[in-house]
Amino acid sequence: MTDGVTDVPTGDDPTPFQVDARGKACPIPIILLAKAAQNRAPGTELTVLATDLAARYDVPAWARMTGNHFVGESETDGGAIALTVRLRMA
Amino acid sequence: MQRSRVFLDAGGSAPLSSRVVDALQAGFADGWADPARLVTESRKARGLIDGSREAIAEVIGVGADQVHFTPSIHFAFERVISGIAQMRRAQPRIVVSAIERDALIHAAFHTRPHGVELIGVDTAGHLDINAFTAAVAADGVALAAVQHASQEIGTVQRLDPIARVCADAGVPLLVDASSSIGHRDAPKHWDALVAHPADWGGPAGIAVLALSPQTRWLPTWPEGDDWAPGGVSVPLALASAVALQEREQERLANAGRLGALVEKIRATVRRLEGVEVLGDPYERLPHVVTFSCLYVDGESLLSELDREGFAVGSGSACASGSLEPSRVLASIGALTHGNVRVVLHPAVTGEDVDRFLAVLPEVLGRVRSRLGAPRMP
Repeated sequence: MTDGVTDVPTGDDPTPFQVDARGKACPIPIILLAKAAQNRAPGTELTVLATDLAARYDVPAWARMTGNHFVGESETDGGAIALTVRLRMA
Repeated sequence: MQRSRVFLDAGGSAPLSSRVVDALQAGFADGWADPARLVTESRKARGLIDGSREAIAEVIGVGADQVHFTPSIHFAFERVISGIAQMRRAQPRIVVSAIERDALIHAAFHTRPHGVELIGVDTAGHLDINAFTAAVAADGVALAAVQHASQEIGTVQRLDPIARVCADAGVPLLVDASSSIGHRDAPKHWDALVAHPADWGGPAGIAVLALSPQTRWLPTWPEGDDWAPGGVSVPLALASAVALQEREQERLANAGRLGALVEKIRATVRRLEGVEVLGDPYERLPHVVTFSCLYVDGESLLSELDREGFAVGSGSACASGSLEPSRVLASIGALTHGNVRVVLHPAVTGEDVDRFLAVLPEVLGRVRSRLGAPRMP
Protein backbone atom coordinates (compact mmCIF):
# COMPACT_ATOMS: atom_id res chain seq x y z
CA MET A 1 0.00 0.00 0.00
CA THR A 2 1.32 3.38 -0.99
CA ASP A 3 0.67 6.80 0.47
CA GLY A 4 -2.89 7.93 -0.35
CA VAL A 5 -3.72 4.88 -2.39
CA THR A 6 -5.76 1.84 -1.46
CA ASP A 7 -6.67 -1.17 -3.46
CA VAL A 8 -10.01 -1.60 -1.79
CA PRO A 9 -12.23 -3.68 -4.04
CA THR A 10 -15.36 -1.85 -5.18
CA GLY A 11 -17.75 -4.62 -6.16
CA ASP A 12 -17.01 -5.93 -9.61
CA ASP A 13 -14.89 -2.92 -10.47
CA PRO A 14 -11.46 -4.20 -11.48
CA THR A 15 -9.83 -0.76 -10.98
CA PRO A 16 -6.43 -1.53 -9.49
CA PHE A 17 -5.68 1.77 -7.78
CA GLN A 18 -8.02 4.19 -6.16
CA VAL A 19 -7.30 7.54 -4.57
CA ASP A 20 -9.98 8.28 -2.04
CA ALA A 21 -10.38 12.05 -1.97
CA ARG A 22 -14.01 12.05 -0.92
CA GLY A 23 -14.83 14.93 1.41
CA LYS A 24 -11.60 16.73 0.50
CA ALA A 25 -11.67 20.20 -1.05
CA CYS A 26 -9.46 21.42 -3.86
CA PRO A 27 -6.49 21.17 -4.24
CA ILE A 28 -6.17 18.13 -1.94
CA PRO A 29 -7.63 15.60 -4.43
CA ILE A 30 -4.97 16.64 -6.95
CA ILE A 31 -2.21 16.45 -4.38
CA LEU A 32 -3.31 12.93 -3.38
CA LEU A 33 -3.45 11.94 -7.04
CA ALA A 34 0.03 13.29 -7.72
CA LYS A 35 1.45 11.46 -4.73
CA ALA A 36 -0.23 8.25 -5.78
CA ALA A 37 1.23 8.65 -9.26
CA GLN A 38 4.79 8.89 -8.01
CA ASN A 39 6.98 5.86 -8.69
CA ARG A 40 4.21 3.95 -10.47
CA ALA A 41 4.72 2.04 -13.66
CA PRO A 42 4.01 3.92 -16.88
CA GLY A 43 0.57 3.09 -18.22
CA THR A 44 -0.88 2.51 -14.74
CA GLU A 45 -4.47 3.67 -14.37
CA LEU A 46 -5.41 5.57 -11.25
CA THR A 47 -8.95 6.48 -10.25
CA VAL A 48 -9.71 9.43 -7.99
CA LEU A 49 -12.92 9.33 -6.00
CA ALA A 50 -13.99 12.89 -5.21
CA THR A 51 -16.98 14.79 -3.93
CA ASP A 52 -15.60 18.27 -4.62
CA LEU A 53 -17.06 19.32 -7.98
CA ALA A 54 -13.85 21.13 -8.88
CA ALA A 55 -12.11 17.76 -9.22
CA ARG A 56 -14.14 17.16 -12.39
CA TYR A 57 -12.16 19.99 -13.99
CA ASP A 58 -8.94 19.74 -12.04
CA VAL A 59 -8.14 16.08 -12.72
CA PRO A 60 -8.21 16.49 -16.54
CA ALA A 61 -6.23 19.75 -16.16
CA TRP A 62 -3.66 17.96 -13.97
CA ALA A 63 -3.31 15.22 -16.59
CA ARG A 64 -2.73 17.77 -19.34
CA MET A 65 -0.25 19.80 -17.29
CA THR A 66 1.77 16.76 -16.24
CA GLY A 67 1.76 14.92 -19.56
CA ASN A 68 -0.53 12.14 -18.38
CA HIS A 69 -3.73 10.95 -20.02
CA PHE A 70 -7.23 11.61 -18.76
CA VAL A 71 -9.35 8.52 -19.42
CA GLY A 72 -12.80 9.61 -18.28
CA GLU A 73 -15.25 10.06 -15.46
CA SER A 74 -18.20 8.19 -14.06
CA GLU A 75 -20.59 8.48 -11.15
CA THR A 76 -20.29 6.10 -8.23
CA ASP A 77 -23.11 4.66 -6.15
CA GLY A 78 -22.25 6.85 -3.20
CA GLY A 79 -22.65 10.08 -5.17
CA ALA A 80 -18.92 10.65 -5.66
CA ILE A 81 -17.30 11.18 -9.05
CA ALA A 82 -14.72 8.66 -10.21
CA LEU A 83 -12.07 10.22 -12.44
CA THR A 84 -9.53 7.99 -14.12
CA VAL A 85 -6.11 8.88 -15.48
CA ARG A 86 -3.47 6.75 -17.22
CA LEU A 87 0.14 7.56 -16.39
CA ARG A 88 2.33 8.54 -19.31
CA MET A 89 4.81 6.20 -20.83
CA ALA A 90 8.24 7.18 -19.55
CA MET B 1 13.31 48.92 5.81
CA GLN B 2 9.66 48.50 5.01
CA ARG B 3 9.08 47.83 1.33
CA SER B 4 6.17 49.59 -0.31
CA ARG B 5 3.11 47.62 -1.30
CA VAL B 6 2.75 46.53 -4.91
CA PHE B 7 -0.82 46.48 -6.20
CA LEU B 8 -1.19 44.02 -9.09
CA ASP B 9 -4.94 43.47 -8.86
CA ALA B 10 -6.21 46.48 -10.83
CA GLY B 11 -9.02 44.70 -12.69
CA GLY B 12 -12.17 46.68 -11.95
CA SER B 13 -10.50 48.72 -9.22
CA ALA B 14 -7.37 50.61 -10.16
CA PRO B 15 -5.74 53.23 -7.94
CA LEU B 16 -6.87 56.79 -8.72
CA SER B 17 -4.31 59.15 -10.24
CA SER B 18 -3.92 62.63 -8.75
CA ARG B 19 -5.78 64.11 -11.72
CA VAL B 20 -8.74 61.83 -11.01
CA VAL B 21 -8.73 62.76 -7.32
CA ASP B 22 -8.64 66.45 -8.34
CA ALA B 23 -11.60 65.85 -10.64
CA LEU B 24 -13.55 64.27 -7.81
CA GLN B 25 -12.88 67.29 -5.63
CA ALA B 26 -13.85 69.65 -8.42
CA GLY B 27 -17.03 67.66 -8.91
CA PHE B 28 -17.97 68.09 -5.27
CA ALA B 29 -17.01 71.78 -5.28
CA ASP B 30 -18.76 72.74 -8.50
CA GLY B 31 -21.34 70.01 -9.03
CA TRP B 32 -23.05 69.65 -5.66
CA ALA B 33 -26.41 70.95 -6.90
CA ASP B 34 -29.20 68.67 -8.11
CA PRO B 35 -28.71 68.49 -11.88
CA ALA B 36 -32.44 67.96 -12.41
CA ARG B 37 -33.50 71.43 -11.24
CA LEU B 38 -33.75 74.61 -13.26
CA VAL B 39 -31.59 77.03 -11.30
CA THR B 40 -28.13 78.23 -12.28
CA GLU B 41 -26.29 75.96 -9.80
CA SER B 42 -28.12 72.96 -11.21
CA ARG B 43 -27.31 73.96 -14.77
CA LYS B 44 -23.66 73.98 -13.81
CA ALA B 45 -23.92 70.48 -12.35
CA ARG B 46 -25.81 69.31 -15.44
CA GLY B 47 -23.12 70.82 -17.65
CA LEU B 48 -20.48 68.76 -15.87
CA ILE B 49 -22.45 65.55 -16.47
CA ASP B 50 -23.07 66.43 -20.13
CA GLY B 51 -19.40 67.22 -20.67
CA SER B 52 -18.41 63.94 -19.05
CA ARG B 53 -20.85 62.01 -21.24
CA GLU B 54 -19.42 63.70 -24.33
CA ALA B 55 -15.85 62.83 -23.39
CA ILE B 56 -16.71 59.18 -22.79
CA ALA B 57 -18.90 58.98 -25.91
CA GLU B 58 -15.98 60.22 -27.99
CA VAL B 59 -13.79 57.35 -26.78
CA ILE B 60 -16.55 54.82 -27.39
CA GLY B 61 -17.07 56.37 -30.81
CA VAL B 62 -20.75 57.30 -30.50
CA GLY B 63 -22.88 60.39 -29.94
CA ALA B 64 -23.20 61.76 -26.41
CA ASP B 65 -26.96 61.13 -26.42
CA GLN B 66 -26.23 57.40 -26.70
CA VAL B 67 -24.23 57.31 -23.48
CA HIS B 68 -25.84 56.94 -20.06
CA PHE B 69 -24.38 56.86 -16.59
CA THR B 70 -25.70 54.11 -14.37
CA PRO B 71 -24.85 53.07 -10.80
CA SER B 72 -22.92 49.86 -11.54
CA ILE B 73 -22.21 47.35 -14.28
CA HIS B 74 -24.49 44.93 -12.41
CA PHE B 75 -27.35 47.41 -12.59
CA ALA B 76 -26.60 48.12 -16.25
CA PHE B 77 -26.70 44.41 -17.14
CA GLU B 78 -29.90 43.88 -15.19
CA ARG B 79 -31.80 46.78 -16.72
CA VAL B 80 -30.59 46.55 -20.29
CA ILE B 81 -31.15 42.79 -20.47
CA SER B 82 -34.61 42.95 -18.94
CA GLY B 83 -35.54 46.04 -21.00
CA ILE B 84 -34.54 44.55 -24.36
CA ALA B 85 -36.09 41.20 -23.46
CA GLN B 86 -39.32 42.96 -22.50
CA MET B 87 -39.44 44.65 -25.91
CA ARG B 88 -38.95 41.21 -27.50
CA ARG B 89 -41.07 39.34 -25.00
CA ALA B 90 -42.32 36.84 -27.56
CA GLN B 91 -38.72 35.59 -27.83
CA PRO B 92 -38.04 33.26 -24.89
CA ARG B 93 -34.27 32.78 -25.15
CA ILE B 94 -31.11 34.67 -24.25
CA VAL B 95 -27.84 33.45 -25.75
CA VAL B 96 -24.62 34.28 -23.87
CA SER B 97 -21.04 33.07 -23.90
CA ALA B 98 -20.03 30.77 -21.06
CA ILE B 99 -17.28 33.14 -19.96
CA GLU B 100 -19.42 36.21 -19.35
CA ARG B 101 -19.26 37.84 -15.96
CA ASP B 102 -21.40 36.20 -13.30
CA ALA B 103 -23.33 39.46 -12.94
CA LEU B 104 -24.37 39.33 -16.59
CA ILE B 105 -25.30 35.67 -16.47
CA HIS B 106 -27.29 36.17 -13.27
CA ALA B 107 -29.14 39.07 -14.90
CA ALA B 108 -29.93 36.88 -17.92
CA PHE B 109 -31.30 34.08 -15.72
CA HIS B 110 -33.30 36.59 -13.72
CA THR B 111 -34.93 37.81 -16.93
CA ARG B 112 -35.44 34.40 -18.56
CA PRO B 113 -35.16 31.76 -15.81
CA HIS B 114 -35.63 28.88 -18.24
CA GLY B 115 -34.32 30.42 -21.43
CA VAL B 116 -30.61 31.12 -21.01
CA GLU B 117 -28.31 29.28 -23.38
CA LEU B 118 -24.60 29.28 -22.53
CA ILE B 119 -22.27 28.89 -25.52
CA GLY B 120 -18.94 27.24 -24.85
CA VAL B 121 -15.45 28.53 -25.55
CA ASP B 122 -12.20 26.88 -26.59
CA THR B 123 -9.16 26.47 -24.35
CA ALA B 124 -8.00 30.02 -25.17
CA GLY B 125 -11.41 31.40 -24.21
CA HIS B 126 -12.71 32.15 -27.73
CA LEU B 127 -16.41 31.70 -28.33
CA ASP B 128 -17.48 28.64 -30.33
CA ILE B 129 -18.74 30.67 -33.27
CA ASN B 130 -20.49 27.73 -34.93
CA ALA B 131 -22.52 26.92 -31.84
CA PHE B 132 -23.21 30.62 -31.33
CA THR B 133 -24.36 31.04 -34.92
CA ALA B 134 -26.71 28.07 -34.66
CA ALA B 135 -28.14 29.32 -31.37
CA VAL B 136 -28.70 32.87 -32.56
CA ALA B 137 -30.07 31.89 -35.97
CA ALA B 138 -32.74 29.69 -34.38
CA ASP B 139 -36.11 31.27 -33.63
CA GLY B 140 -36.99 32.82 -30.35
CA VAL B 141 -33.83 34.69 -29.30
CA ALA B 142 -34.53 37.93 -27.42
CA LEU B 143 -30.90 39.00 -27.25
CA ALA B 144 -27.32 37.77 -27.21
CA ALA B 145 -24.44 38.86 -24.98
CA VAL B 146 -20.72 38.41 -25.58
CA GLN B 147 -17.92 40.17 -23.74
CA HIS B 148 -15.24 42.20 -25.51
CA ALA B 149 -12.50 40.84 -23.27
CA SER B 150 -12.34 38.54 -20.27
CA GLN B 151 -11.52 40.22 -16.97
CA GLU B 152 -10.46 36.82 -15.70
CA ILE B 153 -8.07 35.57 -18.41
CA GLY B 154 -7.62 38.59 -20.70
CA THR B 155 -8.71 36.94 -23.96
CA VAL B 156 -10.24 39.37 -26.46
CA GLN B 157 -13.19 37.97 -28.40
CA ARG B 158 -13.41 38.17 -32.20
CA LEU B 159 -16.47 40.38 -32.11
CA ASP B 160 -16.83 41.24 -35.81
CA PRO B 161 -18.13 37.84 -36.93
CA ILE B 162 -20.18 37.60 -33.72
CA ALA B 163 -21.85 40.95 -34.44
CA ARG B 164 -22.47 39.94 -38.05
CA VAL B 165 -24.23 36.76 -36.97
CA CYS B 166 -26.47 38.77 -34.63
CA ALA B 167 -27.21 41.42 -37.26
CA ASP B 168 -28.10 38.75 -39.83
CA ALA B 169 -30.49 37.14 -37.37
CA GLY B 170 -31.93 40.47 -36.21
CA VAL B 171 -30.91 39.70 -32.64
CA PRO B 172 -29.70 42.61 -30.46
CA LEU B 173 -26.14 42.16 -29.18
CA LEU B 174 -25.02 43.30 -25.74
CA VAL B 175 -21.25 43.67 -25.47
CA ASP B 176 -19.67 43.75 -22.03
CA ALA B 177 -16.67 46.02 -22.57
CA SER B 178 -16.15 46.59 -18.86
CA SER B 179 -12.62 45.17 -18.95
CA SER B 180 -11.48 46.61 -22.25
CA ILE B 181 -12.49 50.27 -22.63
CA GLY B 182 -9.51 52.37 -21.60
CA HIS B 183 -7.10 49.59 -22.62
CA ARG B 184 -8.04 48.91 -26.25
CA ASP B 185 -10.10 50.48 -29.02
CA ALA B 186 -13.80 50.20 -28.29
CA PRO B 187 -15.68 47.54 -30.25
CA LYS B 188 -17.58 48.95 -33.21
CA HIS B 189 -20.64 46.78 -33.67
CA TRP B 190 -23.14 46.30 -30.86
CA ASP B 191 -26.62 47.31 -29.82
CA ALA B 192 -25.80 47.86 -26.17
CA LEU B 193 -22.41 48.22 -24.52
CA VAL B 194 -21.39 48.36 -20.87
CA ALA B 195 -18.17 49.99 -19.66
CA HIS B 196 -16.64 50.33 -16.22
CA PRO B 197 -14.86 53.51 -15.08
CA ALA B 198 -13.24 51.84 -12.05
CA ASP B 199 -11.45 49.52 -14.50
CA TRP B 200 -9.82 52.45 -16.32
CA GLY B 201 -8.73 54.28 -13.18
CA GLY B 202 -11.99 56.09 -12.45
CA PRO B 203 -13.92 55.97 -9.18
CA ALA B 204 -16.06 53.06 -7.97
CA GLY B 205 -19.82 53.43 -7.83
CA ILE B 206 -20.60 54.33 -11.42
CA ALA B 207 -20.84 52.56 -14.77
CA VAL B 208 -21.55 53.48 -18.38
CA LEU B 209 -24.22 52.09 -20.68
CA ALA B 210 -24.18 52.95 -24.40
CA LEU B 211 -27.12 52.16 -26.66
CA SER B 212 -27.14 52.29 -30.43
CA PRO B 213 -29.89 54.50 -31.90
CA GLN B 214 -31.89 51.53 -33.18
CA THR B 215 -31.93 49.65 -29.87
CA ARG B 216 -35.45 49.29 -28.50
CA TRP B 217 -36.45 48.40 -24.98
CA LEU B 218 -39.44 48.59 -22.67
CA PRO B 219 -39.11 49.39 -18.98
CA THR B 220 -39.76 46.59 -16.53
CA TRP B 221 -39.08 49.07 -13.72
CA PRO B 222 -40.87 52.00 -12.08
CA GLU B 223 -41.28 55.23 -14.01
CA GLY B 224 -38.34 57.62 -13.76
CA ASP B 225 -34.84 57.84 -15.13
CA ASP B 226 -34.37 54.49 -16.88
CA TRP B 227 -30.65 53.95 -16.31
CA ALA B 228 -29.93 56.03 -13.21
CA PRO B 229 -33.03 56.21 -11.04
CA GLY B 230 -32.55 58.99 -8.52
CA GLY B 231 -29.91 60.71 -10.62
CA VAL B 232 -26.24 60.59 -11.48
CA SER B 233 -23.43 61.56 -9.11
CA VAL B 234 -21.68 64.56 -10.69
CA PRO B 235 -18.25 64.00 -9.07
CA LEU B 236 -18.22 60.32 -10.07
CA ALA B 237 -19.25 61.12 -13.65
CA LEU B 238 -16.67 63.88 -13.98
CA ALA B 239 -13.85 61.81 -12.47
CA SER B 240 -14.77 58.89 -14.77
CA ALA B 241 -14.40 61.09 -17.84
CA VAL B 242 -11.13 62.63 -16.64
CA ALA B 243 -9.73 59.17 -15.89
CA LEU B 244 -10.67 57.89 -19.33
CA GLN B 245 -9.15 60.91 -21.07
CA GLU B 246 -5.96 60.45 -19.09
CA ARG B 247 -5.79 56.75 -19.96
CA GLU B 248 -6.52 57.42 -23.62
CA GLN B 249 -3.79 60.04 -23.86
CA GLU B 250 -1.28 57.60 -22.42
CA ARG B 251 -2.78 54.41 -23.82
CA LEU B 252 -0.17 53.61 -26.44
CA ALA B 253 2.72 54.30 -24.11
CA ASN B 254 1.09 52.34 -21.27
CA ALA B 255 0.14 49.42 -23.47
CA GLY B 256 3.71 49.19 -24.72
CA ARG B 257 5.34 49.42 -21.31
CA LEU B 258 2.79 47.32 -19.38
CA GLY B 259 2.60 44.91 -22.30
CA ALA B 260 6.35 44.31 -22.02
CA LEU B 261 6.00 43.70 -18.28
CA VAL B 262 3.18 41.23 -18.92
CA GLU B 263 5.37 39.45 -21.49
CA LYS B 264 8.09 39.19 -18.88
CA ILE B 265 5.68 37.71 -16.33
CA ARG B 266 4.32 35.25 -18.90
CA ALA B 267 7.79 34.12 -19.94
CA THR B 268 8.99 33.76 -16.34
CA VAL B 269 6.04 31.93 -14.78
CA ARG B 270 5.78 29.58 -17.75
CA ARG B 271 9.17 28.17 -16.78
CA LEU B 272 8.03 27.36 -13.23
CA GLU B 273 7.16 23.74 -12.59
CA GLY B 274 3.44 22.97 -12.60
CA VAL B 275 2.40 26.43 -13.77
CA GLU B 276 0.29 27.16 -16.83
CA VAL B 277 -0.43 30.58 -18.34
CA LEU B 278 -4.08 30.97 -19.34
CA GLY B 279 -5.87 32.77 -22.16
CA ASP B 280 -4.98 33.63 -25.73
CA PRO B 281 -1.25 34.48 -25.91
CA TYR B 282 -1.81 37.12 -28.61
CA GLU B 283 -5.43 38.27 -28.75
CA ARG B 284 -5.65 39.55 -25.22
CA LEU B 285 -5.71 42.62 -23.01
CA PRO B 286 -2.23 44.14 -22.78
CA HIS B 287 -2.20 44.53 -19.00
CA VAL B 288 -3.67 41.22 -17.77
CA VAL B 289 -2.03 37.84 -17.19
CA THR B 290 -3.50 34.84 -15.38
CA PHE B 291 -1.75 31.60 -14.52
CA SER B 292 -2.68 28.53 -12.57
CA CYS B 293 -0.40 26.62 -10.23
CA LEU B 294 -0.73 22.96 -9.36
CA TYR B 295 -0.98 21.80 -5.74
CA VAL B 296 -1.88 25.10 -4.08
CA ASP B 297 -5.16 26.73 -3.17
CA GLY B 298 -5.75 30.25 -4.37
CA GLU B 299 -6.50 31.58 -0.92
CA SER B 300 -3.20 30.48 0.62
CA LEU B 301 -1.23 31.73 -2.35
CA LEU B 302 -3.01 35.08 -2.25
CA SER B 303 -2.55 35.58 1.48
CA GLU B 304 1.13 34.58 1.35
CA LEU B 305 1.77 37.01 -1.52
CA ASP B 306 -0.22 39.67 0.33
CA ARG B 307 1.97 39.20 3.40
CA GLU B 308 5.01 39.66 1.18
CA GLY B 309 3.53 42.96 -0.01
CA PHE B 310 1.93 41.95 -3.31
CA ALA B 311 -1.79 42.19 -4.07
CA VAL B 312 -2.96 39.83 -6.81
CA GLY B 313 -6.35 38.41 -7.76
CA SER B 314 -7.63 34.87 -8.05
CA GLY B 315 -10.41 33.20 -9.94
CA SER B 316 -10.36 30.14 -7.72
CA ALA B 317 -13.47 28.83 -6.09
CA CYS B 318 -11.50 28.34 -2.89
CA ALA B 319 -10.60 32.02 -2.82
CA SER B 320 -13.94 33.46 -3.83
CA GLY B 321 -15.72 31.63 -1.04
CA SER B 322 -18.01 29.90 -3.51
CA LEU B 323 -18.46 26.15 -3.62
CA GLU B 324 -18.78 26.09 -7.37
CA PRO B 325 -15.52 26.24 -9.30
CA SER B 326 -15.03 29.32 -11.47
CA ARG B 327 -17.19 28.91 -14.56
CA VAL B 328 -14.63 30.72 -16.71
CA LEU B 329 -11.75 28.49 -15.65
CA ALA B 330 -13.87 25.36 -15.95
CA SER B 331 -15.07 26.30 -19.43
CA ILE B 332 -11.54 26.74 -20.79
CA GLY B 333 -10.45 23.45 -19.18
CA ALA B 334 -8.03 25.16 -16.79
CA LEU B 335 -7.17 24.15 -13.29
CA THR B 336 -9.83 25.71 -11.08
CA HIS B 337 -7.56 26.13 -8.06
CA GLY B 338 -4.29 27.93 -7.49
CA ASN B 339 -4.98 30.73 -9.91
CA VAL B 340 -3.22 34.04 -9.86
CA ARG B 341 -4.48 36.98 -11.86
CA VAL B 342 -2.18 39.94 -12.33
CA VAL B 343 -3.72 43.16 -13.66
CA LEU B 344 -1.27 46.00 -14.11
CA HIS B 345 -2.03 49.73 -13.95
CA PRO B 346 0.09 52.69 -15.06
CA ALA B 347 1.75 53.21 -11.68
CA VAL B 348 3.29 49.70 -11.69
CA THR B 349 7.04 49.82 -12.35
CA GLY B 350 9.46 47.32 -13.82
CA GLU B 351 11.06 47.02 -10.41
CA ASP B 352 7.68 46.08 -8.88
CA VAL B 353 7.31 43.27 -11.39
CA ASP B 354 10.87 42.07 -10.88
CA ARG B 355 10.33 41.90 -7.12
CA PHE B 356 7.08 40.00 -7.63
CA LEU B 357 8.77 37.50 -9.93
CA ALA B 358 11.60 37.06 -7.45
CA VAL B 359 9.22 36.29 -4.57
CA LEU B 360 6.70 34.12 -6.42
CA PRO B 361 8.67 30.83 -6.74
CA GLU B 362 9.56 30.84 -3.07
CA VAL B 363 5.97 31.57 -1.98
CA LEU B 364 4.69 28.88 -4.31
CA GLY B 365 7.14 26.36 -2.89
CA ARG B 366 6.21 27.30 0.67
CA VAL B 367 2.45 26.85 0.11
CA ARG B 368 3.04 23.60 -1.75
CA SER B 369 5.14 22.09 0.97
CA ARG B 370 2.67 23.18 3.65
CA LEU B 371 -0.12 21.38 1.79
CA GLY B 372 2.03 18.27 1.49
CA ALA B 373 2.35 18.50 -2.28
CA PRO B 374 4.70 16.09 -4.03
CA ARG B 375 8.19 17.46 -4.55
CA MET B 376 8.51 19.21 -7.86
CA PRO B 377 11.60 18.26 -9.87
